[in-house]
Amino acid sequence: MTFAFWLFAVLTLAGGLAAVLLKNTVHCALALTVAFAGLALLFLDLDAQFAGFAQILVYIGAVAILVVFAILLTRGSETPQEGVFSHNWFAGLAIAAAVFAVLAWAVLASAHVLPHEAAMPTVTVAQIGQALIGRYVLPLEIVALLLTAAMIGAVIVAMDEKERAK
Amino acid sequence: MTGMATPLTGFLLVAALLFAVGLAGALTRRNAILVLIGIELMLNSANLNLIAFWRYGPHPEALTGMMFAIFSIAVAAAEAAVGLGLVIQIYRHAKTTDLDLMNRMKG
Repeated sequence: MTFAFWLFAVLTLAGGLAAVLLKNTVHCALALTVAFAGLALLFLDLDAQFAGFAQILVYIGAVAILVVFAILLTRGSETPQEGVFSHNWFAGLAIAAAVFAVLAWAVLASAHVLPHEAAMPTVTVAQIGQALIGRYVLPLEIVALLLTAAMIGAVIVAMDEKERAK
Repeated sequence: MTGMATPLTGFLLVAALLFAVGLAGALTRRNAILVLIGIELMLNSANLNLIAFWRYGPHPEALTGMMFAIFSIAVAAAEAAVGLGLVIQIYRHAKTTDLDLMNRMKG
């Protein structure tokens, strides 16, 4: 394990923890951006340049902005007096800890059969593009349709009811 | 533990920890937007698993894991757009995004 891996892992997990634990919702959205950036760096560390830059464009460029807009539109930046955690937070924490325990046990128990250091894959963006319009052309078209439907659906769902009646 | 030396184990453990953090956030926060943030973290940790297995798998040139992650990113973006649109509409209707106060199916 390299120094870069530890740095990016700590950045990602610190961002994720801050996004979940901070009281101010806008700060949570900023911490979420840090977590997304850390994940993009982890992707780049894994020699997945295309996925890393797609992560930066889609998550930091679009999803994080969308979250900030939603927070500001719903006055979510005001911290409620009764606390930010649900009344049954302990059950949620216990479930999350149990899920992590099972996942970590599964990973560590199968660590000896996991592949060791592999040769660096030589994948160019041209190959990814050819795979997208060749072998994966049907999923690509379905994703295009899904994104169009989601965009129209999100606009209709978020539309003001008074304007819809016009 | 000799298996700890493989880099893949490290990536899988980071992804598992991030998934647990996202799950804890989705289950314990009161604000609906913060629940969506937790779900995004869980989706992202799954992507990290896909990319890590693609990198250390026997046939990285087949691009399967990479493609799965790219399509997963696209679907997650669509999910975020619709989810946040729903939160905004619920806020207009109930004047709150606090999930503990939203305990009725009928408006």
